[in-house]
Amino acid sequence: MAQIASITLVHTDEARPIIEAIMADNPGVRVLNMPGAVKLDCDGTITVKRASVEERIGRSWDPQEIQLVLVSMAGNLDEDDDHFTLSWRH
Amino acid sequence: MTVQIKTIDLAPKRHTFGHIARRLGEDKPASRYQEATFDIQATTNFHYKPLWEPEYWTYDTRKTAVVMQDWYKPLDPRQYYYAAYNIARANMNQAAERNFAFVEERGLLTKASESARAAIRRGLLPLRHLHWGSNMNMTEICQRGYGTAVTAPCIFSAGDHLGMAQYVSRIGLQLDNQTGATLDEAKQTWLNDAAWQETRRLIEDTFVERDWFHLYVAQTLGVNGVLLPLIYKSAEPAWGDAGLPVALLTEFMNDWRAEEGRWSDAVIKIVAAESEENKALVSGWAKHWIGRATEAAKPLSAALLNDGGAAAVAAGEAALKKAASLGLAV
Repeated sequence: MAQIASITLVHTDEARPIIEAIMADNPGVRVLNMPGAVKLDCDGTITVKRASVEERIGRSWDPQEIQLVLVSMAGNLDEDDDHFTLSWRH
Repeated sequence: MTVQIKTIDLAPKRHTFGHIARRLGEDKPASRYQEATFDIQATTNFHYKPLWEPEYWTYDTRKTAVVMQDWYKPLDPRQYYYAAYNIARANMNQAAERNFAFVEERGLLTKASESARAAIRRGLLPLRHLHWGSNMNMTEICQRGYGTAVTAPCIFSAGDHLGMAQYVSRIGLQLDNQTGATLDEAKQTWLNDAAWQETRRLIEDTFVERDWFHLYVAQTLGVNGVLLPLIYKSAEPAWGDAGLPVALLTEFMNDWRAEEGRWSDAVIKIVAAESEENKALVSGWAKHWIGRATEAAKPLSAALLNDGGAAAVAAGEAALKKAASLGLAV
């Protein structure tokens, strides 16, 4: 069974476009709504793409801005100008 | 004793307003931009007929010749509503204020050569009147336009032009030691200098255009597309040894043109793509006003750059190319 890569974001107006982008870009993502937070789980890999977030918020977005709404994450982080990816692959 | 902390997830009965949910097709959380934009403008039950124009209602789609099935289609890709717009502009203004303080502290403008300062007085300061005219145009589009999606960014744009007129004025005040003498002189230049008369005629002709989308095309593709890049970008050699301070003090205008262009281009593209009739109308307007703006820019670029109008022609060609990339037949 694949290990679960996961990201938890606060559920605010700022995070909503990021959540939508994750749901669009990661087929098979499981969404757990909690009061004030959203946990997104995916088998193996979960990724946030800069282009998908920018498309939703209408301005340029640096993947590091995710830190402002990030609660928790599981997986090894691969951070880049274009994406923010968590996975268990080495 | 153990205390167990439990949370209860209360699902909200509805996530957004009914009229927004109908737009989105489902009841899901909407962005602030969507909630501040969709169907905000009144469409029916107006109390009084505007008697100065009794053929129309207060807000009326017939005030322009282009026809949109839904005027909430041309949305703003920047997603500006009041708060987002003000935050973005406050940040840009902060950078501009720093530049002004930097130039003033070091006296970069006052130390420039007399010929450079004369070029700024003649070539740059009269632009405050063009910005003021553009402010009037965008305000007019806001009040005659239809649908908050288009009209709200227009009033933001009007505010931007007013702000840019003020920046230009402050460049003058730095030159004349805060007396305002250069601004009086710039007004005389605007009214009498042969190099500026075609530009003045152009903006004054746009004042009387009653079709609001026609005016929108004239302002964004003509004035913003040809005249502003000519002065703020191509004319840099004209400022001589003051080129760098002028570039610092007009950085806002160049950033703004790039940003506002994203919106104004998107609106024109969507409206032109709606129907063949729209495309023909918008293409005709774009061709006419880019042509006029290029003609108006020629004496300016000849006077400032001594190039016989070559920079104006280049700016006009760039504007036509931009218009063609928006799907217009120009």
